Amino acid sequence: MRALVRSVVLVAVLVLLNALLVGKLVPGVSISPYFLQILNLAGINIILAVSLNLINGFTGQFSIGHAGFMAIGAYVSAFLSITFGESIRSAFSFAPATVQDSVLLLVVLAAGAIAAAIAGFLVGVPSLRLRGDYLAIVTLGFGEIIRVFILNIDAVGGARGLGGMPRLANFFWIYLFAAATVAMVTRIVNSSFGRTLIAIREDEIAAEAMGVNTTRHKVLSFVVSSAMAGVAGGLFAHYLMYLHTNSFTFIKSFEIIIMIVIGGLGSITGSVLGAVLYIVLTEGLREFAQYRMVLFSLLLVVIMIVRPGGILGHRELWTFFRRRRAAEAPAPPAVPG
Amino acid sequence: MRFGGLLAVNELDLSLEPGQLYGLIGPNGAGKTTVFNVITGVYRPTAGDIRFKEHSIVGERSGKITRRGIARTFQNIRLFGEMTVLENVKVAAHCRQTADLASAVFRTPAHHTEEERVDRQSRELLEIFHLEPYANEKAKNLPYGSQRRLEIARAMATLPRLLLLDEPAAGMNPQEARQLMDLIRWVRDHFDMAILLVEHNMKVVMGVCETVHVLDYGATIAVGPPAEIQRNPKVIEAYLGGA
Repeated sequence: MRALVRSVVLVAVLVLLNALLVGKLVPGVSISPYFLQILNLAGINIILAVSLNLINGFTGQFSIGHAGFMAIGAYVSAFLSITFGESIRSAFSFAPATVQDSVLLLVVLAAGAIAAAIAGFLVGVPSLRLRGDYLAIVTLGFGEIIRVFILNIDAVGGARGLGGMPRLANFFWIYLFAAATVAMVTRIVNSSFGRTLIAIREDEIAAEAMGVNTTRHKVLSFVVSSAMAGVAGGLFAHYLMYLHTNSFTFIKSFEIIIMIVIGGLGSITGSVLGAVLYIVLTEGLREFAQYRMVLFSLLLVVIMIVRPGGILGHRELWTFFRRRRAAEAPAPPAVPG
Repeated sequence: MRFGGLLAVNELDLSLEPGQLYGLIGPNGAGKTTVFNVITGVYRPTAGDIRFKEHSIVGERSGKITRRGIARTFQNIRLFGEMTVLENVKVAAHCRQTADLASAVFRTPAHHTEEERVDRQSRELLEIFHLEPYANEKAKNLPYGSQRRLEIARAMATLPRLLLLDEPAAGMNPQEARQLMDLIRWVRDHFDMAILLVEHNMKVVMGVCETVHVLDYGATIAVGPPAEIQRNPKVIEAYLGGA
């Protein structure tokens, strides 16, 4: 019940914010298209970062192929909306255009998510047998394989890129899915299943010895994470209305890694913060022109020196406002004899 | 069990009955921990069979074996350090739950009731092991002796019928070791399970075990009640030492 009320409030707030930002709520008040785009890309980054954190931060499996799954979601959903967009719309011709748009977007996003999930499963089953550096390298490789594979499919434009999909995603949809991603990952992490994921991160052998089917749980979290990246890709495709495989190189994967590392691996609010900070920094430093990336890397180095575990570390944002119980509470009594 | 040219454990015949306490002793390198690793599926035995409740468990993954009812602790403590003491126990309880990914996302009423039940049972376990005051501490911050007890508590949360303890008293002072002995007996009496323990502390082994197996170079050199083992000349020569 509470979840339902919260969702309704969230949707209402997002609808109002969306209207406000594009200047439809208060006449004369709106945000510049440039800032709106930054805001929306930040939202997509939030989905990517929070979902990657599920596998990297909480399950402890260092994957650097996230852009590949994003690409699958992007291309599958874009291809579908270009090819079947009109027929899906006409099936809902009785409804207003906004409803048609929404249905179309939800259908293609779902397809993109499913495709990314299947890819996540196919990649995850063999690669999650590996650990640490090996897993990182294999996922990096798979991410690139996916990109090059798409680059060579002529039906989705190949090297020309893919355009012609309608602009279905906007502030409302992007932040709705960002909120949904945060809610889902939060629920997963704070559950019995989530505890086993964190246990796998802490000590995989001990987790298996405690009856956890570690392979199954790792693959499940990888699949969920990939599906979410697929949604982010679908939103990306229907927001920018043009796709090129150059947007999904391993550099994109590293960007997402940077977001979750500066935010704090194993912290959901940290990932959100990292995603926003990343785009604020890269955009905010534009005035320094050719020194932009130099300054950016310097800032990253400083953050890593000052807070090696990321800005929030393993902790969530609100725990910093709560009184520190451990420091103030009396020490636990000695073990009874 | 053979590793390349090394025969680590050979001709070991263990049969364990519920409600009994067994000790497995022998010099370093005799193959005691290998026995544990073979039973719990960490290694696949190169020959021989392991039957548990009439089922052969050879070749099953260790998670599956644990779900069948064999739990273990580790010689070099392997707790989930960043998790709280309570969470450590709850992770082990997961294999007896219906909770899964879907119930985590949808938060059904059944999920809540189960979560409450697991919370209650886990706290009861912590109480038995005198760990309740530490419930919300990170496991890595616990004193050594308490970490050892938490390892046992965590293994207990999987509801085993056979509990394997790998040097549970290692690093404990005499007083802690005595408490541990009481605890092990109490656990055996209240949960009706078989317990097999590897231990170098002879006071503990001779104090709690009904039957002691002595292993040397991977082979059994003696089996019997503690009093008999202590007088066995072969055991004295290989392990206990004279005087």
